[in-house]
Amino acid sequence: MSILGNRVLRREDPKLLTTGGTYVGDLDLPSALSLTFVRATIAHGRILGVDSKDAKRAPGVVGVFTCDDMGLAPMPPSMAFLNQAMARPLLASGVVRYVGEAVVAVVAESAAAATDAAELVVIDYEPLAVVVDPLEALKDETLLFPEVGTNNCFELQFGHDDRFFEGCDVVVRQRIINQRVAPCPLETRAAAALLEGDGRLLFYSSTQSAHGVRDTLASSLDLAKESIHVITPDVGGGFGAKATVYPEDVVTAWCARRLGRPIVWSETRSESMLGLGHGRAQVQDVEIGGTRDGRILAYRIDVVQDAGAYPAIGAMLPFMTRTMATGVYDIARAEFNSTSVVTNTVPTVAYRGAGRPEAAAAIERAMDCYAAEIAMDPGELRRKNLIAADVFPYTTPTGTEYDSGNYVPALDLALEMAGYPKLRADQQARRRAGGSRQLGIGLSSYVEITNGVPEGEYGAVEILPNGKAIVRTGTSPHGQGHHTSWAMLVADQLGIAMEDIEVIHGDTDLVPRGVGTFGSRSLQIGGAAVNQAAIEVVDKARALAADLLEADVADIVLDKPGATFHVAGTPSISRGWAELAQASLERAGEPLMAEVDLPTAGATFPFGTHVAVVEVDTETGQVRLVSHVAVDDAGRILNPLLAEGQVHGGIAQGAAQALVEEFSYDAAGNPLTGNFADYSIISAAELPSFDAAFTETPTPRNALGAKGIGESGTIGSTPAVQNAVVDALSHLGVRHVDMATTPERVWLAIQAARADAGNGTKSRKGAA
Amino acid sequence: MIPASFDYVRADSLDQATGLLERHGDGAKVLAGGHSLLPLMKLRLAVPEVLVDIGRIPGLSYVRDGGDHLAVGALTTHDEIARSPLVGSQLPLLAHVAGQIGDPQVRHRGTIGGSLAHGDPASDLPAVVLALRGTLVLRGPGGSREVDSEAFHLGFLETAVAPDEILTEIRLPKMGELGWGFEKLTKRAQDWAIVGAVAARLDGDGSTAIALINVGPVPARALAAEAALEAGSSPAEAAARADDGIEVSGDLNASEAFRRHLTRVLVGRALEKALV
Ligand SMILES: Cc1cc2nc3c(=O)[nH]c(=O)nc-3n(C[C@H](O)[C@H](O)[C@H](O)COP(=O)(O)OP(=O)(O)OC[C@H]3O[C@@H](n4cnc5c(N)ncnc54)[C@H](O)[C@@H]3O)c2cc1C
Repeated sequence: MSILGNRVLRREDPKLLTTGGTYVGDLDLPSALSLTFVRATIAHGRILGVDSKDAKRAPGVVGVFTCDDMGLAPMPPSMAFLNQAMARPLLASGVVRYVGEAVVAVVAESAAAATDAAELVVIDYEPLAVVVDPLEALKDETLLFPEVGTNNCFELQFGHDDRFFEGCDVVVRQRIINQRVAPCPLETRAAAALLEGDGRLLFYSSTQSAHGVRDTLASSLDLAKESIHVITPDVGGGFGAKATVYPEDVVTAWCARRLGRPIVWSETRSESMLGLGHGRAQVQDVEIGGTRDGRILAYRIDVVQDAGAYPAIGAMLPFMTRTMATGVYDIARAEFNSTSVVTNTVPTVAYRGAGRPEAAAAIERAMDCYAAEIAMDPGELRRKNLIAADVFPYTTPTGTEYDSGNYVPALDLALEMAGYPKLRADQQARRRAGGSRQLGIGLSSYVEITNGVPEGEYGAVEILPNGKAIVRTGTSPHGQGHHTSWAMLVADQLGIAMEDIEVIHGDTDLVPRGVGTFGSRSLQIGGAAVNQAAIEVVDKARALAADLLEADVADIVLDKPGATFHVAGTPSISRGWAELAQASLERAGEPLMAEVDLPTAGATFPFGTHVAVVEVDTETGQVRLVSHVAVDDAGRILNPLLAEGQVHGGIAQGAAQALVEEFSYDAAGNPLTGNFADYSIISAAELPSFDAAFTETPTPRNALGAKGIGESGTIGSTPAVQNAVVDALSHLGVRHVDMATTPERVWLAIQAARADAGNGTKSRKGAA
Repeated sequence: MIPASFDYVRADSLDQATGLLERHGDGAKVLAGGHSLLPLMKLRLAVPEVLVDIGRIPGLSYVRDGGDHLAVGALTTHDEIARSPLVGSQLPLLAHVAGQIGDPQVRHRGTIGGSLAHGDPASDLPAVVLALRGTLVLRGPGGSREVDSEAFHLGFLETAVAPDEILTEIRLPKMGELGWGFEKLTKRAQDWAIVGAVAARLDGDGSTAIALINVGPVPARALAAEAALEAGSSPAEAAARADDGIEVSGDLNASEAFRRHLTRVLVGRALEKALV
């Protein structure tokens, strides 16, 4: 009986739940110094002077550094197609471009001493005009980089066809704000650096990619990769925002080299809210056209992406939004245009879903607007337009090739689990009763792209002379449970018990190569690499066993329950893993081991349908999520427990974007939600118990048949919850409420609908 | 999140504590549950030179039956109030409101004295004390004095507690079976109210008191609505005047207009419950 597909408990949990993990901040580094930063307090200004005299004299201070002191080149935008002239200095140099940007580094004997000293640094600014709204930034009236002459840092412009909606009975338009959110991993950013005896730099990082950190440090500090050793201790979440190397990381390493003592940098939550990159931040104009009876003919989306002050991964997210623009629907014509602009705000990066939730939110809102316009049930409209199961691989009008899919059963199952007809009846009953608590039902049928990057992944399996196995992986788990999953895969191939399989990750000396964990890629590429390595190590072992048993390789079988090799038919004479590992060392002088660099066979496309039910108080505007059904299809499921964990966390974060989370600025660029008192990270108290199920449509693109599950929850849930809120108010004439659907926004939407009704105007009617 | 450096003294008696406050003047701050003060210190919005910790002074945590009123010691935590059988039977409104504050951690650390003395218009308990016309007992180096709840809140984070005084007791008239209503709109379960309202029938003249949470810069009573009820208006008519004459602030969670609307809605709902 294979262990695969079973609800195997996470082997990571006992430690995390009892003694706790070891995070960068827990490291005990003798004689370590603390690093902190003086950060910009205005959103845009010329630095006229930095006075750090008092700070340098403060008790315990060892060093105070500005960008000039470091003499390191700015970090160019990580991707070549982003405007390379908008490079980011490691510490602000000449100009600050957002509140929170690091300007001065302060190193002292303790965190308290560094914090006290940082308060003594006086920075003199000449304020410059501020631009916070990306639509304003688009006008290029206020420039962040005057020498560049534009705020535009990346665009995908294909133009508009004037006759795009020809033949459509109905065209519906909607502006949608996909608001800026903060990723908020429980562990904030942290790094520690020290020089080892041989002069190599040892760097501890809270990251999603140990090797990525090593390579970026090497290029930023102009060092050879081999002279840097990166270790990733336990990481308390990343959500994509820790897949990037930050200037503070480089400064930490620089200080260790400069001062010759270990340096620890561990930011506070208030710093993290302005330091870790933000996510989403798109303004979308969607237009959907079709027939009166619900056949979509054309879909157009224009995006303005807020990149924040320095173009990073966030600036290119519209590319992913375009990739997934038409979602699960068979649409003949699609148009996508986008412009990414810099603004005086925290730079945007990848955040759980990274460009795909924005695509799903846009089309799923558009679908509901269309359904409302033609008075069709949103479930029926979706079913009518889903891509049929027999046309995969399917190429979308924006050129994306979906691997496999079977969309109708997921929709049907979700509606069945939700008790859809009864929900609609309850909703009608409440509307008739006319009370202030109205019910809303929201659907979202989504498809997304996982393992979307062209890189492969490293995996190795080594058998020790004691018969235990070591797995080395280039993935970089930070909550996903790879130690459990990879051990399951290897146990299944080798017959060695899971407890005898150790998984090593996130140490660039112990794992020679690696790409990391992001984009829901790990199982399908990193797990598949480990699986392949396990298969290859079995082959090697079989050959050794044939030698030892003086038999033909073809006749050797692996008895998995016994974890032994024998000649078919004579199980009594066998060789175990320990004997074979020893034989390999003795005979070949090398460990019994297989290494695999598995190239990717292409991205995979998980999908599903979510159904959210909300209760909206039409007097106070308060929204309560009553229930949430998620049917997700991520191909073959290795461990349902872990997959559900990903789904549940994803729904929580996705629902949070729809309901409460939003990072806000005032017009002067001052953050209004810079700590957890003001920024509403969601908690269990606001959420119902989720109802999650899977359908399994394997992908042909890896041996495991697996697609990614890490982001589906976020992608599927947000539009379902937002659509539910709008649905609760649709009988009042409300057609759209932007996220987060806070009490005030809901109230304003109701007020506006009432005013429209009063004026006798019919809102947002499109015409062909 | 590291506060500026400060001295810390743990007081063993009220006299010692008021003596310390007298000596250090404005530079000293009383520390009770710390759940309002410590966050401000960590953000360096409060930078006291000396913290006088009154948390271990014996005899300041209690609920006593005072005949027509209950006397609550300043160090009584929200959780203790919520669970006190005496409060539960005589002042169910207070028990209910205390049980809704923040989250369990906050309720186990935060004290009624701290909640009142902090003078935050977003706090819940000041509204209960205002509505019930409570009395606050302040102890200074020269002895104790009593202050009417009406005269207690002077401005934003400003109360009648002098720098060398300690709030020792809060006295509230018993309500027994009298009707009450409490409404609080929060973004998340643990959050402060965006707007809250307390309505309570008062003993004696049978009038109804209404107090508001997080509407303006100071904890306030909805006097216009109270007067409307007095003059015979229906609860709904009275609620429509809940924000009359009230200074209303706007913030991230509610503009002034929305906050006025919420005030009327929540007062209406609180009245419905109080006047059944
Ligand atoms: C996450 C969180 C959520 C919260 N949610 C709510 C909520 O929903 N509703 C709500 O009402 N409150 C809420 N609070 C505040 C909480 O109730 C506080 O505990 C309370 O406001 C202050 O009580 P404390 O004992 O902690 O006072 P401290 O923080 O110790 O002191 C507060 C202030 O009062 C002074 N002080 C304290 N005691 C005395 C005294 N006896 N005499 C004179 N001065 C004194 C201090 O010097 C200080 O200035 C929340 C707090 C947190 C951290």
